[in-house]
Amino acid sequence: MNSADEVLLGFARALRVAGLTVTPDRGQAFCTAASLAGMDTRRAVYWSGRATLCSGPDDLARFDRVFDEWFAAAPPSGVRRAPPPRQLLRPDLDAGGNRSAESNDADQAALVRAIASGAEVLRHRDVAGLDADERRVLDRMLDQLVVRPPTRTSPRLRPYRRGRLDAGRTMREQLRRAGEPGPLRYRRRGARRRRVVLLVDVSGSMEPYADHLLRLAHRVVQAAPATTEVLTMGTRLTRVTAALRRRDGQQALDAAGQTVPDWSGGTRLGEVLRAFLDRHGQRGMARGSVVVVFSDGWERGDPGLLGDQVARLRRLAHRLVWVNPHRGKAGYLPVQGGIVAALPHVDDLLAGHSLATFEELLEVLARA
Amino acid sequence: MTSPVDSPADLAVRLDATGYLADDGLATVGWLALTMQRPLLVEGEPGTGKTALAEALAELLDVELVRLQCYEGIDASQALYDWDFPRQILHLRTVEATQQGVRDADEVERSLFDDRFLLDRPVLRALRHSPAVLLVDEVDRADDEFEAFLLEVLSTYQVSIPEHGTVTADPPPVVVLTSNRTRELHDALKRRCLYHWIDHPGLAREVQIVRTRLPAVSLRLAEQVTRAVHRLRDCDDLLKPPGVAETLDWARALHALGADELDLAAAAATLGAVVKYREDIERVRARLDRMLAS
Repeated sequence: MNSADEVLLGFARALRVAGLTVTPDRGQAFCTAASLAGMDTRRAVYWSGRATLCSGPDDLARFDRVFDEWFAAAPPSGVRRAPPPRQLLRPDLDAGGNRSAESNDADQAALVRAIASGAEVLRHRDVAGLDADERRVLDRMLDQLVVRPPTRTSPRLRPYRRGRLDAGRTMREQLRRAGEPGPLRYRRRGARRRRVVLLVDVSGSMEPYADHLLRLAHRVVQAAPATTEVLTMGTRLTRVTAALRRRDGQQALDAAGQTVPDWSGGTRLGEVLRAFLDRHGQRGMARGSVVVVFSDGWERGDPGLLGDQVARLRRLAHRLVWVNPHRGKAGYLPVQGGIVAALPHVDDLLAGHSLATFEELLEVLARA
Repeated sequence: MTSPVDSPADLAVRLDATGYLADDGLATVGWLALTMQRPLLVEGEPGTGKTALAEALAELLDVELVRLQCYEGIDASQALYDWDFPRQILHLRTVEATQQGVRDADEVERSLFDDRFLLDRPVLRALRHSPAVLLVDEVDRADDEFEAFLLEVLSTYQVSIPEHGTVTADPPPVVVLTSNRTRELHDALKRRCLYHWIDHPGLAREVQIVRTRLPAVSLRLAEQVTRAVHRLRDCDDLLKPPGVAETLDWARALHALGADELDLAAAAATLGAVVKYREDIERVRARLDRMLAS
């Protein structure tokens, strides 16, 4: 190995330390590419490295930083630095107002690190205690949550490469070949999306959470518009599914806000649940669905009524999930009348006060 | 490792001649892909010219472009090869009916798996007709299993058909894979490829692209349209920021309407060519006058 290769492989190793997945074969490819493109020009080495060692837009910023440090001088001119693509899965690190790509490198790196760790902290913060800036960042992180809607097996059989014999299709194909026997065709039961019903408590005690919970609901509606229903519960029941079908998060939320007449009022959880079951649930909306109730269980009315309705809901639903933002707090005990009455009938009791717990909920939803 | 193109600069010039303006990075990476005979994985926002790159490469190398559009559920028989079963049966019947002498059973069987009964799908076609450019478009839409299959073909550039024999491509075809990142590709596939992220072009280059692609459009209109599109891209609240394809569409639409400059009325009338969601159109319409003021 000559010294040039050592420099290059050292660079590849530095990238690995920085978190890129650099495998030996990638390092080898980098050396080959660089020797072909010309080891003496910076640009050639830069582009050879970018093509062989990066595997996604998320890697590019880190690559640029390590390249600069390793080869210690300015990057090739005319190269637009680390494109800020619309990321799909990662939390948005750029949201903290850091948009100037030309600022000092070290500063920027430090800033990115700070925001990155900030994002990590934010994931676990109680959303009720956030200031306006943090809310904005959190909203964008919420927009990037991945929702996998739950599925059920449908009774209808679909063509598949194994399973039960598909006599009809096999015969039809055989007829097309003038009766000559050919390969057998099979079919099996397919998967369809299971309905998800989200009941969001928007009463006074839930006010700090209602906004974010509706945003979460918006994400679920966007992932499965045809099989998701969202209703808000306050002193009355309001269906906001149509409002949340708008693609844009903020617009959807504004539209929902105009639909709901009873923001931050009182709760009569039992009565509202009964109204839901009488009007929608029993007729089909709750049947076989995954029902998620977002509520702290503060009940002004009769806890007995609430208990009965939750039991009724449980009998109709495929799975009943109760999300209580207070559950995540230290020293929480389910002692309020409402939650005590509801708890025996609930499949899962989850916390719902931070982004991390929202992710947990989506996981439960996906597996339901 | 021989390359049909001498150097990155040479590639850039020859791409330029086909009407595809490549920047320095793309030219270098493209040249490396040609020289190292590795597949090129191109990612980027929709409308940044990923597919056009493969077309331009085919044109400048003067070889066939074989396109494989991926979709959910695509499998090997749609990508690789299939036997034309009805025709094989017909052939068998003909042999039976004519009874030309006493035929050897082996020979009849061999004649059944003749070249003419082999339906070559894109991948096999590219291998058999190589040199060619194989474009595997939107590979992120296919399933994981298909990716594994693709990996196998791309690492050996050969396909074995049990009844027929092994097809090896020499020289291997130029392979371009594109992805819109609707899901993350498997790392094994990425490792086989050279990676390039295509960014939106800068202002001057994009004006140049409009001028090259649409020579009839005046410089003034091209500049105005491109500047407006760049402003649209800078708004971070659009659901789908316009790509280069949209810039070209918009310029073409304005030109078709006979406009030689971008004014408020013309822009409002042709907005549908550049933003494609109702919410976006509403937003843009509300600040159109500010956006056009230079």
